[in-house]
Amino acid sequence: MSQSNTTMNLTMYRISSWLKSPKPYLMFIGFGFVLSFWYFSVEVWKLPRFQDMPALTEVIEEWFSKDPYYGLSVYTPEYYKHIGISLRRIAYAFCLATALGVPLGLFLGWSQKLREFIFPLFELLRPIPVLAWVPLAIIMFSGSETPVIFLTFLASFFATTLNTMLGVESIDEEYSRAAYCLGASRWQTFVHVVVPGAMPYIFTGLQISIGVAWFSLVAGEMVSGQYGLGYIINTAYIMVQYSQIIIGMITLGLFGYITSALVRVAGDYMMQWRVRELALGGD
Amino acid sequence: MSTLEKDDSMPTTGAIRIEDVVKVYDPDGAAVMAVDHCSIDIPAGEICMIVGPSGCGKTTLLNTIAGFHGLTSGHIYLDDEILCGPGKEKAEPGSDRIVVFQNGALFPWKTNLENIAFGPMMEGKLSKAEIYDKARKMMADAGLEGTEDSFPGEVSSGLRRRVEIVRALMNEPKVLLFDEPYRALDSLTKSVMHEALLDIYYKNKVTIFFITHDLEEAIFLGHRLIIMSSRPCKPKKIVEVDIPHPRDYSVLTSPRFREIMNEAKGVVNEEARKAFEAGEKEG
Ligand SMILES: Nc1ncnc2c1ncn2[C@@H]1O[C@H](COP(=O)(O)OP(=O)(O)O)[C@@H](O)[C@H]1O
Ligand SMILES: [Mg+2]
Repeated sequence: MSQSNTTMNLTMYRISSWLKSPKPYLMFIGFGFVLSFWYFSVEVWKLPRFQDMPALTEVIEEWFSKDPYYGLSVYTPEYYKHIGISLRRIAYAFCLATALGVPLGLFLGWSQKLREFIFPLFELLRPIPVLAWVPLAIIMFSGSETPVIFLTFLASFFATTLNTMLGVESIDEEYSRAAYCLGASRWQTFVHVVVPGAMPYIFTGLQISIGVAWFSLVAGEMVSGQYGLGYIINTAYIMVQYSQIIIGMITLGLFGYITSALVRVAGDYMMQWRVRELALGGD
Repeated sequence: MSTLEKDDSMPTTGAIRIEDVVKVYDPDGAAVMAVDHCSIDIPAGEICMIVGPSGCGKTTLLNTIAGFHGLTSGHIYLDDEILCGPGKEKAEPGSDRIVVFQNGALFPWKTNLENIAFGPMMEGKLSKAEIYDKARKMMADAGLEGTEDSFPGEVSSGLRRRVEIVRALMNEPKVLLFDEPYRALDSLTKSVMHEALLDIYYKNKVTIFFITHDLEEAIFLGHRLIIMSSRPCKPKKIVEVDIPHPRDYSVLTSPRFREIMNEAKGVVNEEARKAFEAGEKEG
């Protein structure tokens, strides 16, 4: 109760101080600059390499058209079906990566033996780019859904596990010593010191995780699957429906931003102590 | 011990006997002798101040008593029960000897009240309601009411130190081990802390093993000063502080205080110079 209150208050405080700062106006100018460059380069100056680029007005018209030329706009259910399917894949992959990565990272950081056993294997697999996994994913998993989810999951899982492990290693030894002094068992120390102590790193990991999830999702959807935002971009390119590429990209950016913000809010909610320390420190 | 009041308020348990303790650190074969045949006898309820230059091995000695690491040879007893010695590599950390750390080790992710309740909650002998009642009462006694629901990061460092002492006392330890707890505080806050510590001590008499390199602090608080040699650490001189307890800050200007100061200063400075010339760093 009081927890959600402080989160709310803090959010309100952040928004109001944001509005008072020059940041929103700078942001406006930033957007304005990019959009007008787009507009002028394609539609007014008609720069040489920009002739095939979809025009700003064309994209906006298509995106908000009741009767879109290429069949995709905010008024068509099809558009939401693509978004929904992409979001569902992200949700499965991100939740699975978190559910497996956080405990694994905690135990890797906590147990020297387990680390020696698993970590080298982990470090060997981690640098393999998602695209290199595509053929194997298609061979290993049937259908078009599971390979995409698997590809989306992979990089997220590595990011979450690694950051969680670093989080455990970052904890000052004096906290565990204090816990032992106060009579805590090894397991109690794990629950009350290791888990909350690693929390800031875990959430850094989850921020990275949600970012790379979108990245891999698009890669996965471009090679496999019949729906999703990555699929839109790829088919629009093949079918020479260029304005749809831009619609797909902007939609991706928007939802990527929203999901990251959700992870940040969840982090603030779970780490009141940190939020309050930072608020005091003046940000 | 002549200066220790032999009245009924003194506890009957909590005597520490350090016998011929040697500790050699041996990282990659380069043996560092931190403690050399050190013997100290601390009667129950004494405030024993350990004074010595940086890097002489004070923390090492405290860690062996607390059970954070083992010793090379010698014995340590608590009330004639062996804590560690031959056949018992390392003392078991436990709530009969609680450490107040050099940098403070309140859990930043728990509120002050939760921190104070931590020890008994881990032991699980009392119900949660009983523990929290007791914790609130202890906080009120120590003048900490109103800060129960704050996180440690939100209160001043002086207040944090008091919370940490109260947390240690919740487990009803026989011995409190302080490792330069006030070194980072300014002198004004320090004097407030000293009076607060004595106040807490008069209410809950326990044996106090207190490391410092501040001679004024040592004489003001202690029944006895053990002045350590530069590394490897062993008692160089023992100074009895025959100023009766309870003390307050007027003691600092008394002639007896000056006399004791002069008696101790020569030895302390000499050892500090030796340590400086040997280029000691803190461990
Ligand atoms: N874990 C360790 N491994 C090796 N040497 C150590 C270790 N801890 C401390 N030392 C060394 O032991 C000596 C004493 O350290 P310490 O007990 O921390 O001194 P003090 O607390 O008196 O400043 C120092 O020379 C330090 O470098
Ligand atoms: Mg030290």
